[in-house]
Amino acid sequence: MKTTYREAMRAGLRDAMQRDERVFLMGEDVGRYGGSFAVSLGLLEEFGPERIRDTPLSESGFVGAGIGAALGGMRPVVEIMTVNFSLLALDQIINNAATLLHMSGGQFNVPIVIRMTTGAGRQLGAQHSHSLEGWYAHIPGLRILAPATLADARGMLWTALQDPDPVLIFEHGSLYNVAGELDDEAGAVDIDKAALRRRADGHGDTLTLITYGGTLPMVLEAADQLAGQGIDADVIDLRTLRPLDAHTVMDSVARTHRAVVVDEGWRSGSISAEISARICEQAFFDLDAPVERVCSLEVPVPYAKHLEDAALPSVARVMAAARRAVGANG
Amino acid sequence: MTTLRGQTVPDPEHALHLLRQMLRVRRLEEKCIELYSAAKIRGFLHVYIGEEAVAAGVMETLAPEDAVVATYREHGHALLRGVSAGAILAEMYGHAEGCCRGRGGSMHLFDAATRFYGGNAIVAGGLPLAVGLALADRMAGRQRVTVCFFGEGAVAEGEFHESMNLAALWQLPVLFCCENNLYAMGTALGRSESQTDIALKAAGYEISAWAVDGMDVFAVEEAARRAVDAVRSGGGPHFLELRTYRFRAHSMFDPELYREKSEVSRWMERDPISLLRGTMQTAGQLPEETWDALTADVDAEISTAVGFAENGTPEPVSELTRFVYSDRTDDSSTGTGATGVGQAGKGGAAG
Repeated sequence: MKTTYREAMRAGLRDAMQRDERVFLMGEDVGRYGGSFAVSLGLLEEFGPERIRDTPLSESGFVGAGIGAALGGMRPVVEIMTVNFSLLALDQIINNAATLLHMSGGQFNVPIVIRMTTGAGRQLGAQHSHSLEGWYAHIPGLRILAPATLADARGMLWTALQDPDPVLIFEHGSLYNVAGELDDEAGAVDIDKAALRRRADGHGDTLTLITYGGTLPMVLEAADQLAGQGIDADVIDLRTLRPLDAHTVMDSVARTHRAVVVDEGWRSGSISAEISARICEQAFFDLDAPVERVCSLEVPVPYAKHLEDAALPSVARVMAAARRAVGANG
Repeated sequence: MTTLRGQTVPDPEHALHLLRQMLRVRRLEEKCIELYSAAKIRGFLHVYIGEEAVAAGVMETLAPEDAVVATYREHGHALLRGVSAGAILAEMYGHAEGCCRGRGGSMHLFDAATRFYGGNAIVAGGLPLAVGLALADRMAGRQRVTVCFFGEGAVAEGEFHESMNLAALWQLPVLFCCENNLYAMGTALGRSESQTDIALKAAGYEISAWAVDGMDVFAVEEAARRAVDAVRSGGGPHFLELRTYRFRAHSMFDPELYREKSEVSRWMERDPISLLRGTMQTAGQLPEETWDALTADVDAEISTAVGFAENGTPEPVSELTRFVYSDRTDDSSTGTGATGVGQAGKGGAAG
């Protein structure tokens, strides 16, 4: 069937609500407004205000209430409008959700799912555009998901809800309108493994492009263009940023001998730094070239389109990094 | 002998029980201080000495299925909720027999069996949890109450205000118990709040709120019973400001530069244990031999608990990384708190 990322997310939510009466959605404007990105549009009419629960602008309060409800046996899905707003709930996410199981000696797990929009590209300026999922991936106790495809948008939520521990789902704002075909039978997907979205066929110079979330379409486009230049790329979609599926990355690098990490987050102290370090630790002798990284410039994301474009990874920057990795000139 | 003004003791047996409860907390914590000085216990240690009437009075009014959320000054709450003194002390020793297997320590006591949700050491961080526990009960149609303890310092935090609003907006079955001991660590209430009437703040959120003499265990129990009954019967959130005082330093590292010794002495004249004891003695309801038997009993309990902690085993380092995530071999996917809630997912597991 023809669908969009937004509709696939909504189908996943509806499915979860129908299958498990403990599941409810809570967040700012998820009900009457229909969701700030229209993901939950129509669900209020279907499930009512108890289960599609509008909240005040109290990120720490309602995320904490979600954690409490999870402790109390519910399966809350908490929506935060953007990752920047989630910073108001950091206390609850990091000091409570991520710690309670360990701190309580295994007594209190927190089966909460927190969804939020991430990323730039929509001229929303520095307080609505950042990519902080890599930050969250630093925290033991959390699982971090970044659905990049329609199938993952449709299927990750249910699997996340079966996880006994807190799961954060990062939805890149540029993906909501992505349209495509989705199997009518599409359902839950695994959240443990990275996916090889494009496989190098072994001709010409080879390399592995590693990315996730909003930059996957750009990286796939770069890979297609590189193929025309005799550079043949594996494209890995990490899907889960914590725990990282290093096996899929190392298996690919063992075949291609070169790696470029593409991440819309900043470079310093980032998830791209972590991936690069793991490749150096685990696949150093497979490498024919230094690991390259394509990240956002280290500035708060600006408003003006030409400035924002210049700050973010692009097809051209990915291709340039790939060409450097294989030793091709300009 | 100072007594509870105007108080009579209609039920001497119950009064003796309350006296015992407060004394258990007092003696446990006096022992904690001793063990801390002997370096058996490390980390931060915040004792509740002087405030025992609050936990003792409130806990009396709860049912086993209710939930309790407390702060980092929670040894007494844990004990009176039903966590054994042995499990508490063993936790402070970092032993496997501790209620959190040595991962929590003094500030993070948890116990699933008694629905004791910490042991929360971020000031006001427990309030949203209490709101959520109450929300779960509301959504599942259960008649349970969640009681949330916090100090008056918490009212300056945003999470306090967000939680008051959510609880009132959604009419949730939660009782907020503000233990107003007048100092947020070393900062006096008047130096940190533009409005020092705390019950008034809660009332501003349309929550039924009143202030109670937190040194009078009868007054605390009576107020808490009234509030808990109202919450349980669907009356929405309630709020008690319990006016009390911490006799000891904030923690073991506090030289107490911020308050006068005379102020501490004045409050110690209203020691909740002495007040009740004096009242009972005046009424002729606490013969010396009864008091002696009571103290001997409590001392024996604490002494047994110390023995239990002393003879415990350090949580093995090989277990260190356990419980960062749930053991996938456990059947923990239903969640610890999922007792009799709704129904499990009807669909198959994830592919």
